[in-house]
Amino acid sequence: MRRSAEFAIFIVAPSIISDMASLKTRVGTLDLERPGMVASGIMDETGPSLVRMMECGCGAVVTKSIGLQPNQGHANPCFTEVDGGYVNAMGLPNPGIEEFASEMEVAVRAGPVIGSIYGAGPGDFSELAGRMEDYGASAVELNLSCPHAKGFGMEVGTDPAMVGSIVSAVKSAVSIPVWAKLTPNTHILQDIGRAVQDAGGDAIVAINTLKAMVIEPEFARPLLSNRFGGLSGKCLLPVGVRAIYDLRTAVDIPLVGVGGIETWRDAAQYIMAGASAFQIGSAVGTIGPEVFSLINDDLSAFMDEYGYGHISDMVGVAHD
Amino acid sequence: MTDVVRIVDVVDECYDTKTFVFEWGAEVRPGQFVMVWVPGVDEIPMSVSGIDGNRKSITVKAIGEATRAIHQLKAGDHLRIRGPFGNGFDLGCGEMLIIGGGVGTAAIMPAVKATGADTIIAARSDRDVIMESVASGSAGSLWIATDDGSRGFHGNAVQLMRERIAEKHYDCVLACGPEVMLWFTYKACEELGVDCQLSLERYMKCGAGVCGCCVMDDSRVCRDGPVFTRDQLSKLTEFGKSKRDACGRVVSFR
Repeated sequence: MRRSAEFAIFIVAPSIISDMASLKTRVGTLDLERPGMVASGIMDETGPSLVRMMECGCGAVVTKSIGLQPNQGHANPCFTEVDGGYVNAMGLPNPGIEEFASEMEVAVRAGPVIGSIYGAGPGDFSELAGRMEDYGASAVELNLSCPHAKGFGMEVGTDPAMVGSIVSAVKSAVSIPVWAKLTPNTHILQDIGRAVQDAGGDAIVAINTLKAMVIEPEFARPLLSNRFGGLSGKCLLPVGVRAIYDLRTAVDIPLVGVGGIETWRDAAQYIMAGASAFQIGSAVGTIGPEVFSLINDDLSAFMDEYGYGHISDMVGVAHD
Repeated sequence: MTDVVRIVDVVDECYDTKTFVFEWGAEVRPGQFVMVWVPGVDEIPMSVSGIDGNRKSITVKAIGEATRAIHQLKAGDHLRIRGPFGNGFDLGCGEMLIIGGGVGTAAIMPAVKATGADTIIAARSDRDVIMESVASGSAGSLWIATDDGSRGFHGNAVQLMRERIAEKHYDCVLACGPEVMLWFTYKACEELGVDCQLSLERYMKCGAGVCGCCVMDDSRVCRDGPVFTRDQLSKLTEFGKSKRDACGRVVSFR
């Protein structure tokens, strides 16, 4: 009797598994086993830390933004906790594209790596993207949105013409998908999104941090050495969800949602607003690297209960 | 957590090291650290060197611009700190031998006070020995080692540790000090079959486990550490070999 009971469990189990919701998703031509990625700037300066994040349940990992030359970033303090999140002005610290080869070599063995890059114009971006492709990146993410690096990031990412020329140049330089990460610090997000699409961009990642400042009254001065920085964390969630919703109405290319995700509900909001995948940054600090596996489990349970068989069944359903 | 705290006392530990005592209600475990803002200069990680109810302290050796600036502070001045960060020591690991090397002595002092374990304070010379009076009030036995023999045992912390372990059984060694000292402490513990918990240091930016700038292999010194066990240390290929600079480039120790 005991044997047959075990046998019964054995034959039932596969049918349960086959009915379970699939977390597989697709961003353009890039297939992902899971919809979550670690966002650029988070636990991604070294190969082994990228491997660790992949093992924590990411579908892909995004590297720190890499430039042509090594960069120390801004002096400390460049980070602080605030209610509902963090304010940082790291200032794009990175070892430079040449030295980053050894980190990529380790990281790409673990799964899809999205190479984040920053530059001052189309030439820088094209060169960096080519190197990332050589290193085995599955896609490049153009940092057009960092709010605290003079001459880079948001300063080149809020002009649709400049964004168009950068995306277009990178598209001609590489054959891997080109994603553009956009800033919420603009009133023309949809115009910038259309510029990405018109230039042949494969996906849009939104949002980066909101430009912010912290002043310490006892010292009568801003805390950060750079004075201003970018706000991230759960307080950012509604801003990011709105941005993805707005972009979905403006463009047809795939979207990746990022900003304030800590739970499956947050991730589901981005997906229902129109994102095919999502990224998580600050919650690696507030929750821990296990945030990815927690969200995978909970999102899967939600999809089972509400009858969403695939992530694609949920993408954009919040639109009329 | 971020807080602005008021300094209530400044204690001279030796010619270049001072302890700053401040009122702070946060719960802090031995071995944890705070990020201390030095306005206009820097923000640096500092071990909490004293935990006495609401009175906490940091112990600062004036070796650079930021630490020299902290040395100018007086009782009544404010400090802006973040934390506490890091895992701290596990004090439930049997019979302990606690070792502090140089200004690393500050990081082990709360563990000495909490456990009353046997303690070694190691320094270059007699005039570099710090926090001896705090340790002598708590430690079971207290030994001093100086590199130049001007005080106590003539030799380094690891040589004295080997002598003590030969005389008495210890389950675990807790230590903080220069990485070269910690590396040889680790090798000796491995050889002698004694467990250890070593408090490491790396260049830090966020302190909160987010940015990944302080990683050794895949471990965040600020969050997964700064205290690592012998087993964890055996998997850290960068321990004793290299660190990363502010750009994230590998810098070899030798």
